[in-house]
Amino acid sequence: MSTNTVVSPGVTVKQKTKKDHTLLKSVLFLLPAWILLLIFFVGPILLTFYFAFTNLSLTGTQAKSVEFIGFQNFLTMFQDPNFRISVVKTMVFLLLSAVIGQQVLGFILAVLMKEKNKTFRRIIGIIVLAGWVTPEIVVAFCWVAFLSDNGTLNMILQQIGLKPVTWMYTFPMVSVVIANIWHGTAFSMLVFQAALDDVPKSVEEAAVIDGANRFQVLFRIVLPMVKGSIVTNMILVTLQTLGVFTLIFAMTGGGPGTSTQTLPIFMYNQAFVNYQLGYGTAISLILLVIGIGASLIYMRSMKVEI
Amino acid sequence: MKKKMFTKIAAVSVIGGSMLLSAACSNESSSTDSKGKQEIKITYRSGGGTNKGLTDWLNKEIIPEFEKDHPKVDVKLAPLNVSEGDYFAKVALMLKSKNTAPDIVTEDTFMVNSDASAGYLEPLDDRIKDWSDWSNYNDSVKQGVIAQDGKTYGVPYNTDSRGLWYNKDLFKKAGLPVPWEPKSWDDILQAAETIKDKLPGVTPLWMNSGKATGEATSMQTFEMLLSGTDTWLYDNDSKKWVVKGQGLTDSFKFIDTVYENKLGPSLSQVLNGTGGAVAYQQLMPKGKLAIGLDGFWQTGNWGESGAAPWPDAFKTLGFAAMPTQKGQAPGTTTMSGGWALSIPKNSKNKDAAWDFIKLASSKENNLSLLQKERNLTPRDDVAKEQSYQEIPMFKEATEFLSFTHFRPAVDKYPTVSTQIQSLVEGVVTDKITPEEAAKQYQSNVTKIVGEDNVIEK
Repeated sequence: MSTNTVVSPGVTVKQKTKKDHTLLKSVLFLLPAWILLLIFFVGPILLTFYFAFTNLSLTGTQAKSVEFIGFQNFLTMFQDPNFRISVVKTMVFLLLSAVIGQQVLGFILAVLMKEKNKTFRRIIGIIVLAGWVTPEIVVAFCWVAFLSDNGTLNMILQQIGLKPVTWMYTFPMVSVVIANIWHGTAFSMLVFQAALDDVPKSVEEAAVIDGANRFQVLFRIVLPMVKGSIVTNMILVTLQTLGVFTLIFAMTGGGPGTSTQTLPIFMYNQAFVNYQLGYGTAISLILLVIGIGASLIYMRSMKVEI
Repeated sequence: MKKKMFTKIAAVSVIGGSMLLSAACSNESSSTDSKGKQEIKITYRSGGGTNKGLTDWLNKEIIPEFEKDHPKVDVKLAPLNVSEGDYFAKVALMLKSKNTAPDIVTEDTFMVNSDASAGYLEPLDDRIKDWSDWSNYNDSVKQGVIAQDGKTYGVPYNTDSRGLWYNKDLFKKAGLPVPWEPKSWDDILQAAETIKDKLPGVTPLWMNSGKATGEATSMQTFEMLLSGTDTWLYDNDSKKWVVKGQGLTDSFKFIDTVYENKLGPSLSQVLNGTGGAVAYQQLMPKGKLAIGLDGFWQTGNWGESGAAPWPDAFKTLGFAAMPTQKGQAPGTTTMSGGWALSIPKNSKNKDAAWDFIKLASSKENNLSLLQKERNLTPRDDVAKEQSYQEIPMFKEATEFLSFTHFRPAVDKYPTVSTQIQSLVEGVVTDKITPEEAAKQYQSNVTKIVGEDNVIEK
């Protein structure tokens, strides 16, 4: 752009029209994408806001005549003990499987693999990535096959003379948390690998020369330097985990009882099992608010701007 | 590198988007198929041995007969392979749109009112008027397909009754009386206790108890209990829902007792959507289940063409009437429902669909379906047929109808029913006590139907 000022005014005008031209062109070319986005992305979002304030139902008279009911859905929600249970379950699932499980495990893997032999990195990388590239529903089936009453784990236990355990009924939350960690760790590992590779070796060496031991280097030097990546990863992983539905639904269906009924499952149950679409939509808005809130908290507490 | 990635993503999304659009457009003309014939699509629930008799009957008898008379019409089966709980939501979604609505849908009669109120179904009054067979239908069964607006929205093809299946061999082994005639809920619990003590490894009592088994949990378990107490879900005189009553608490308590005292199956079995199949296709034929509270149609599993053929079933098993709570009059109770063929409002071939329903509902065809399905007939003239009365256990099951109950014919019932299901699962998994369940039932149902529509008893 700065070159424009050097050349004669006539040329600038010519360039300006050329610029307008490109602008028009890009608008023209982007228009289909914008229209598609408007119809399929913005439209549903606005509808979601609208339906959250109605009594829309999947069947019955309210499916035909939708009424605006103000904040009734939200009032109902905050009085519903099941909603409170679901928020707690969501937080537990989020904290254990995403924030602690995937992040910490991913970071440890990344640190351990740093500057190791290339073949070793590749083999471990592929194994961990296998969990990540497997579709959620397949992950769920693998874990059901592993943990079910007649599953692999119980077969092994019986072989060594132990009593079989109904894992998904006795420890439902633990089961889905482990499955989600297995599925998602690779993502955190990749993010941290990239971040750690960016830490200049000279900084670490300087710290070692100053007398820092390995843990001091890791916690005082490396961690602060990759803070930005940690927050980004935390936000991404949190948003992903808040939306996990398939895995839990296929493994436990949110049960037994309400043991693994996270908000997405609760939302599905209200909308498609209890036929209360309006109420379900209101829950989805709350889910959105929680996602935004969590992201803001991370950014504030780590003092990082994105 | 980044730019390349971006172009790739853009390309993929463009292709994906256009595929979505073209898929949406190609659905437009589903009323005729490629050969220019008219098409009737029939939607029902299948999978895991469900509706095997119905599928056979359609494929081997009704469709060939219909297509012979209507060479210009192609009949296509579009079964939904889903759990009972998901079937109704899926159907409601399909019926909403012209692109997905089938031409005939099988509706559980408790959904007819709700789906009709939603405007999903076509009223059949004008067509039924000119159809002489309608007068042969049993009046109480007809009530099930009449919605709140007084119009008829379906032609029933079966009805049913529920009771206690019990294994006579196991009862004899445990020293229990055969034939078994329990007089109260305590008698059931005592028999189950005896089985537990005398026959380890045998599940004493199976009741549907989870959300996954959907309506079966509400109707075969909770309502079978509740109808034997002094409380009922709905007060027909005041047209209000009963949200508080001793019967509600007691029914939750009975269910709780069964699992607290380890008289039921393991939760991992019973809370599963395939629970019913496990109980009546595996455990019962193997002599691993002593008592099962369920529908009469389970016999369909054991016939020659059933999912688990078991020739000795009718010698080994008894079908006892469910007693009332303390033996109060009339001493026994049961619930009846049934399924109907309905035409969606969004169907494009309503006339052909109606012709098909008429053919499928004829006296001969209905009888042949019930022989396959082992369910009770909605037609009085079929019930009088000798070959119908000779089917094993039809006599007992039909006798139960004299003291039967129907579900409230109100459009809010399906939503109340799903509340019952999650509360029962809550009690069974010890998440809530029976008293808490009764309390939550009161507040949840009040929320659903509105404060003006509830009473306490």
